[in-house]
Amino acid sequence: MTSRRPWWNTLLGVVLTAIMLFPVYWMVNVSLTKSTDMRRNPPFLFPVDPTFEGYTKVLTQQLPYLGTSLIIGLGTVVLTVALAAPAAFALAKLRPIGGGALSFVLLIAQMIPGIIMAMGFYAIYLNLGILDTIPGLIVADSTLAVPFAVLIFTAFMSGIPNELISAAKIDGAGAWRTFRSVVMPISRNSVVTVSLFTFLWAWSDFIFASTLDSGGDLQPITMGIYRYIGNNNQEWNAIMATAVVASIPAAVLLVVAQRYVAAGVTAGAVKD
Amino acid sequence: MTVTQVRTEPTSRGEQVGAAQSAAPTPRRRPSHRARSALVAWAFVAPVVVYLALFYAFPLIRNIELSVRDYTVRSFIDGTAPFVGIDNYLAVFRDATFGPALLNTAAFTVLSIVFQFAIGLALAVFFFRRFPLSATLRALFLVPWLLPLLVSASTWSWMLNSESGVVNAFLEAVGAGQINWLTSPQFSLISVLIANIWIGVPFNLVILYSGLQSIPEEVYEAASLDGANGWQKFWRITFPLLRPVAAITLLLGLVYTLKVFDIIWIMTRGGPAESSTTFAIWSYRLGFGSTLPDFSPAAAVGNLLIVLAFVFGLLYIRMQRRLDPS
Repeated sequence: MTSRRPWWNTLLGVVLTAIMLFPVYWMVNVSLTKSTDMRRNPPFLFPVDPTFEGYTKVLTQQLPYLGTSLIIGLGTVVLTVALAAPAAFALAKLRPIGGGALSFVLLIAQMIPGIIMAMGFYAIYLNLGILDTIPGLIVADSTLAVPFAVLIFTAFMSGIPNELISAAKIDGAGAWRTFRSVVMPISRNSVVTVSLFTFLWAWSDFIFASTLDSGGDLQPITMGIYRYIGNNNQEWNAIMATAVVASIPAAVLLVVAQRYVAAGVTAGAVKD
Repeated sequence: MTVTQVRTEPTSRGEQVGAAQSAAPTPRRRPSHRARSALVAWAFVAPVVVYLALFYAFPLIRNIELSVRDYTVRSFIDGTAPFVGIDNYLAVFRDATFGPALLNTAAFTVLSIVFQFAIGLALAVFFFRRFPLSATLRALFLVPWLLPLLVSASTWSWMLNSESGVVNAFLEAVGAGQINWLTSPQFSLISVLIANIWIGVPFNLVILYSGLQSIPEEVYEAASLDGANGWQKFWRITFPLLRPVAAITLLLGLVYTLKVFDIIWIMTRGGPAESSTTFAIWSYRLGFGSTLPDFSPAAAVGNLLIVLAFVFGLLYIRMQRRLDPS
């Protein structure tokens, strides 16, 4: 469909995008607003007299939370890729007995509401004594990503030509060697997609953090924001500054890997 | 699944080939070879299977166990939790919160999906005109979906704040009165709906856009030759051809929306009173919302939610298979 007036469309597109992104702008604006101007009516629409007091508070109070989230995010990515990639290779190329049933279970697993998983994990972790630990939270967070990861990897690896696998076999490579030296290097794009989404989900997780890691010394950034909201209701510039900082991974992801993002969204939903 | 159907074919063909080539070097070694490769295939899959059993099946079973016993904090320590059968479920059904929670869950889910879908579709059709900058703007539309839910929820909380929120400032500027978005029972559900629709639009936009891309250009060209206008093209071509993708988008939206917890909990905690309490919120509040947790009813509410999610989940899988009939 070509339009007669592309110029108009662009203008309308910019306006719509501006409306859509207004809350994001507002978050940044509030993060730069002085505490004394916070209750001003009407509020300043632009950061006329910007202050960095909110960001100073982030640096002094939230760094441990950010570090914890980083570790948890990276740990979840490693665990998820390590579990999902071999399984996907088998599902795509080795055709194990019961592979179809496994794919079905993975689809279903994605639909379990987080609160239910959280409750089950809580009961188990309490017995094991691993509440409020980083490994515990990494395992819980990985459940957000593993089924998605297997399905994405399988979709991608199905596209690898069988001749390539056979050639490796003829050269004497075993299944593991083929997987490591042939399949994984080709699958780099899908590894990037899966890693990005996994990191983002682990980074954004709140329900597991608030149920399984609400009392420990090392808590993720979502708990940092949550505590801010609970404790000092007045300092919204600090809350919003933390929110801005917590949004950085999402922004990086969008800038660095835009095409992977759209691919991930559609692949997860439409294909299997 | 497709995998199983594809698998049977080469196997039977392989057997025929094996039977035909009776003079082939070592036909007897075949079964053991195949058994070996099946073992290798399973070695690759085994970690995920163990993982699913430990970290999906076990928590789910634990959850069912919680719901048919009377668990308290003490139970976890001394291991005593009397079996009570379906009492927890009966108590949940009789609870005064059940009616409002059911209504709120239904309203929240249906309205979220209807608006997310309608706005997402309109935007997808709009961006499909491929004007200058359209790809960049479309990418920017993804931002709300990528932000941590907690970030979006707290931003909306402050925007909808009664005294200092920018939304009320805008309403006052145009002459409308103030609205107590988060603190009045009439508006709390609407407030969380607005935030949730905002978060869900990008997802709908991206999927529906990819659906539009899969409609062949020639169909539109043929319609143009027949003199169809833009409106007719949309209703006679785009809409019917988009139906399978649309159905999947809606069902996925349903499954996701039933799960929504973060946004409501941060913005209203399900209140005031029960005015924005959904099943997910109710379950969390029973289990973790107070210093005296009620794990067993919480698990019962959670299990009701999972039944709902599964019904729609199975529908989704059926739809998806019909879409991809290989």
